[in-house]
This record gives sequence, structure tokens and C-alpha cells, in this order.
Amino acid sequence: MAEDKRELAPEEKARLKADFEKDWRRDLRKAVPPKERMKAGRQRMSERSPDDRNRDFNEVNLGLAPEAAQAEARRCLDCANPLCVAGCPVCIDIPSFVKLIEAGRFLEAAWKLKETNSLPAICGRVCPQEAQCEEVCAVKKACGVPVAIGNLERFAADFERGSGSVNIPPLPPPTGKKVAVIGAGPAGLTAAGDLAKLGHSVTIFEALHEAGGVLIYGIPEFRLPKAILKAEVDYLRRLGVEVRTSFVVGLTATIDDLRAEGYEAFFIGSGAGLPNFMKIPGENLVGVYSANEYLTRVNLMRAYDFPAYDTPVFKAKTAAVIGGGNVAMDSVRTAKRLGAERAVIVYRRSMTEMPARTEEIRHAEEEGIEFQLLAAPARYFGGKDGRVRAMECRKMGLGEPDASGRRRPIPIEGSEYTMEVDLVVCAIGQSPNPLIPQTTPGLKVGNWGNVEVDWATMATSLPGVFAGGDIIRGGATVILAMGDGRVAAAEIDRHLRRGVAAT
Amino acid sequence: MPKILERRRLVPNLHLIEVHAPDVARKCRPGQFVIIMPDEKGERVPLSVADWDAGRGSVTSVFIVVGTTTRKLAALNPGDEVPVLVGPLGRPSEIASFGTVVLAAGCFGIGALWPVARALKAAGNRVIALLDAKADYLVYWKDRYLSVCDKVLFSSRDGARGSKEFIPRPLEELLQAEAPVARVIAVGCTYLMYASSQATRPLGIKTIVSLNPIMVDGTGMCGACRCTAAGKTKFACVDGPDFDGHQVDWDELFLRRKSYFDEEVRSLCRYEETELP
Repeated sequence: MAEDKRELAPEEKARLKADFEKDWRRDLRKAVPPKERMKAGRQRMSERSPDDRNRDFNEVNLGLAPEAAQAEARRCLDCANPLCVAGCPVCIDIPSFVKLIEAGRFLEAAWKLKETNSLPAICGRVCPQEAQCEEVCAVKKACGVPVAIGNLERFAADFERGSGSVNIPPLPPPTGKKVAVIGAGPAGLTAAGDLAKLGHSVTIFEALHEAGGVLIYGIPEFRLPKAILKAEVDYLRRLGVEVRTSFVVGLTATIDDLRAEGYEAFFIGSGAGLPNFMKIPGENLVGVYSANEYLTRVNLMRAYDFPAYDTPVFKAKTAAVIGGGNVAMDSVRTAKRLGAERAVIVYRRSMTEMPARTEEIRHAEEEGIEFQLLAAPARYFGGKDGRVRAMECRKMGLGEPDASGRRRPIPIEGSEYTMEVDLVVCAIGQSPNPLIPQTTPGLKVGNWGNVEVDWATMATSLPGVFAGGDIIRGGATVILAMGDGRVAAAEIDRHLRRGVAAT
Repeated sequence: MPKILERRRLVPNLHLIEVHAPDVARKCRPGQFVIIMPDEKGERVPLSVADWDAGRGSVTSVFIVVGTTTRKLAALNPGDEVPVLVGPLGRPSEIASFGTVVLAAGCFGIGALWPVARALKAAGNRVIALLDAKADYLVYWKDRYLSVCDKVLFSSRDGARGSKEFIPRPLEELLQAEAPVARVIAVGCTYLMYASSQATRPLGIKTIVSLNPIMVDGTGMCGACRCTAAGKTKFACVDGPDFDGHQVDWDELFLRRKSYFDEEVRSLCRYEETELP
């Protein structure tokens, strides 16, 4: 399977070292002894109070104040061998940007981030830092609490956006090469940004009417405000990226059609657009949604503002969300905000195995979300009108770990119980979208409908065609998709330049 | 943004809309649909493609005015723009040489089946159309059908020409008179498609229907359009919209189509009170 963490390339190591040895960095390191740095506690990012925030869709986290950000940045030891960088799927030069914050050079910190990450304001909000950069942080090893790298990333990116002086890096002369990026989600946006910065002419083809993919239809406003996504997409446009919305590659035009139009390389980032269901009785009752549909109605189509917007969504007395991932947390917190008296997570394993980020689970608990753990629906019951009225659940025990390393849930016989619900959201994962595999002859596809790639280069079975994100992974995170986009962009660049050399 | 080239009332309640969308027009095939959004606050709704013109770069649909979205569409004029027209979506209808094919169409289905009629004729079939409406003056595109079909029959409650009765009766008579019929394709309101399928089931005639569930993205991403065919859950947007009418769980489809009845009424009231031009 995929590599989540990458070995740093020699040129990346050299780049880190050059910055590490700069005079100002050395002076800053000397200014405060490591012991003192580690003594300071982690700065807490302020949040809106649970009873206030669970009634609307405004952002929950409020960010760090500049003084707090500097204090937090001071906790970083500026290690000679920074493990955090290897822990990051896009290999951000973390010590550099953190130390720029410590020095009060906030704009430069943002620019440093953008050298490797086109979407820092998004990553600072939705990355599972606790399982990546922060997990391997030396400060965590030494005193248990890592530097709040994610919060600092968010701070720097927000500072730049708020300053009104968003920096456009100098662009190389155009190479004259046309690249098609399919899907404007995190993988595609990252690939497009990197390719544009390398001088290529990039067009993103997006099936929906707004760019962002899961960032616009899936992740709710209270976790990632749309204005931030818009700013990040605008930044790409200013790098010269063209975004063509309402264009379904596979149907509006195939990859072969685009090749005939002069596109020389392709990045497929079309995502995991096929929701999974459990195939249990009653699943097609009215009021049983896939998480994709529920969140798309609310986020992309603004159903929370119905009838000012035309797209409706059911409001519930009791909403049950099936699953334990971030999408499940987003769905259940959305149901609560839309007025559900009870909003319940029904998850077949225990809290320990829950895949959602710790912060999302904590936020959900604070907001009054109920957790029914070790339980799974067995069937749904509907009324004469076809609306879901109740669900029968079965309790679960845990057996030996399965292929995912988590303990396998085992149904307990005779443990069935019934719960009245008037809304159900299935957030049990999704499969890769079949449109491109179906319409691209010769594209090699794996058992799960995923596009197969060489993991080192993201190259597919077709020359000049690369892929990344959920179309190859099935269902992963924003940052892993971005990591794929970044690797693929570098390979596409090499591929195009080889083409130049050959001719 | 896609520009409206034409929008006119064909007959009361049924409108034609022609939108400039050259990419879509180049790729359209019979039986496919587009998703359109009338304005920035509107819903994404699927409309069957009723015609296209690659030269003019345009796609044409016929729609019936029922709720807020279709009222908004009916208020558009040439030169106006819509934020979304995306497609062509769904799998094209199967076009082959079947023998005698009967098309049963009503409402927007008369428009939707027109490209199918044309393609079936070109593929060498004997094509017979049965066009149904409440009254004869509500039948549009008679000339188009007469120009390609071997026979065109009508049924309307005023009995102006042909049967007074609604499908299935006139369809049953037609199938008897024209036997053997290789295939029936029915497109129109859910009831017409259901009734057509019921009529052909005892005769064992393969019957294709173009399902019309509620959709959101139309590319397989959300699952709003799921329906049951042959006991399996299908997504009408990517697995269809054409299905074997004998395999469809019609009760489920009727219920799911009515999902947002109350909300639709509320939305329409708001629209008529505050926005209707």
C-alpha cells in the first residue's frame, strides 16, 4: 500500500541544511537554551464555546494571537535533524517557518510554507498533525507535548491573507507545455500549483461548479471556511492556473480528446466519488443519506440556508451517523447545527479504534454529540411515506486485529435494540469514482476500482498520465492527496522536460 | 457562463431551453442528460437532452414547470446566463437494429425521446411512436416525429385523435396490432413509465425506461439518485438513466421522488411571493 511518510531526497536535505546554518537561525537558537524552551507549556488555540458554536456554521477554532504564536514557536528546538519534516507528506521545511514566526517575520514564514505547500491555510486546519509532523516532534519525545506545528501553519497562512499582501513567487519563463489536471480537490490543486510554478500551462478540469473537491463539498464551513478555500484557489489563478468548472473528464471530453487538443501530460485527481452503503434492508428509505449527499447539500449547495437557497436537506429530531471517521464527525456536527435534538455517532468499534482526528472527536463531544460505540445498524424501518422512522442496531464485541491493524468487530447474537431516528447518514467510506477508469482505454485499474500507480512516481499505466489522492487510495486524507499531487507534479515536470530534450 | 440561446413555451407548462455549451454539444448522444442550475442559489437539476447542434454549439432540453427551479428556468430569456450546464451525463441509450420499436412518450419525454427516435430510425428499425398528453393541443413536436417514424399515434383525454385513454390501454392495443414488437422505450412521468412496463410485462417485451430520480451532482458522487433494479441498488446518474422497466422497484422510486414534497412547496411559496418576475 501507499507510503505515508517519505524518505527525504538529498536535495531536500541540502535545502534544509542551508537554511539551518543561516546566521539568524544560529543566533535565535543560541538566544534561548533548549531546557527553557521545553519548560514552556503549549499555547492553546482559542475556540468558540460549544453551546454557542453548535448552533451555527461559523468556524470553531479562532487561531493564535501573534504573541501566542511567537511563544509557541519558541518551544521548537530547531533540531539539526528535524524529524517533523520527514513526518510531513509534502516535506514542509517546518523548522524554518516556525523560526521565522519566532523572529516575528510572519509574512516570510508564510512564504516559506508556500515554497512546498500551496494550501497552508487549509492544511493548518484539516491535517492530522498529531499523527504526522507533531507525532515525531523532538519536544514531544522530551516532554510529552509537541510543538503545535499545525496551529502555527494556520497562523502564518492566515496572517498573510489578512495582511492583504499575498506574495506571488517569481515565475520562470513559460515552457509552452500544456498540462491537464483532472479534479480540483486537494491533490489536483497541489499538482496545479507546483506545475504552474515550474512554468507549465495548467488547466484544472472540475466536474462540480466550484473548485475544491472535498474541501468545498465535504468539509463544513465550521472547520474550513469557504472564504479561505476561495483565497487559496485565487492564489492558484494568480499563478496562471486556469480552472474550468462543470467539465466532467470522461464525459464532456475524454483524456484522449484532451490529448488531441494539445495537452501533453495529465494528473488524475478525481477522488473517491462513489459512496459505500452497507447493503442492509431499508437503506434506500427517504431520509437515509450518504455522507457525500448530506454534506454536499449542506456545504456546496448551502441547504443550511434553505429556502433562501433552493436545495433542501432534512432536519432531524434524532440523527444517527454511521461511522467513526472525520466525515462521520463532520456529518454529525452538521446535523446538530441544523437543529437535531439528538445527534448520535453509531460506530462498530470502540473509541480507541476510531479513525477521526482527536480534535474532531473532542469537539463533537463538547458540542453534545452522543456516541453509541460497539454498535452497528442491521436494518432501517420506514413509515408509509417512505421516511425512515427507526433503526435496529446490533451490539458488537472486538476480536483479533484485522488487516487494518484495528480489532475486528464481531456481532453479539441476541443484542439487537431499536432506536427511533428520523435521519441517517452513512459515513462508512467510499470507492474511487469510476468515470475516468471507464472512459480511458488502457488505464490500469486495481481490485477496488482504484487507478494503479507506481508509488514512487505516481505514474499510471499510460504514458504521460499520473494520478493521486483518493482515486488511487480509495479514501485517505487531504494531506496525503496533496503529497501525491506534489510528487506527481515533479514527475510530470521531468516527463515534459524529457520530451523537450528528445525533440 | 453558459448563455441561453432560446427559451420558449412549446405548449402550456412545457418549455424548450437551448443553451450554448459547445463542449457538451460535441459529445451528446441519445438518452443522456445534463445538469443545469438556473442561478447561483438554485438547485442542480437533471434534464434529458432533447436535441443538440454541434455546429451551433448548443444543447436543447424540454422541461415541465413544476417547482422553483423549473419556474426560474422558464423565466430565462435569450442572452441570459446560467451558472451551470454540465454534461452530457449518464450512459447513452442502446441503439441497434432491433426490428419494430415502440416509443411511448408523454410530457418532457416527447422531447427526450426525439433523439432516440431519430437514431433508431437511422439504425434501420421500424419506429412507431405513441405520444400521450392530457389534450391534443398539448402534444408538441408532432412534425418531428412524423418526419422519422413509420407511424405516429396519439392518445389524449379529449380524444381529438386516437385513443381517449391513458397508457397502458392504447399501448396494449398498439402492441397487439403491431406484433411482434422487439422493444418498447417509455419516457415521461414516472406513472407513464410504470404503466408502460406493466403493460409489456405479460407480453415479455423488453421495456426500457429513463428514470428520473432526484439528483445532486449527477456524476456518481452523492448517491441521491439511487434506485433498485433487479434487487440491486443502482445510481441512476452513472448506471442509468436507462433501466429495464421490468426490473425497477417502482414503489421505491415513487416514494423517493416525493422526498422533498413539503420543502418544494415551501420553496415555491417563497419564490412566488418574493422573486417571481
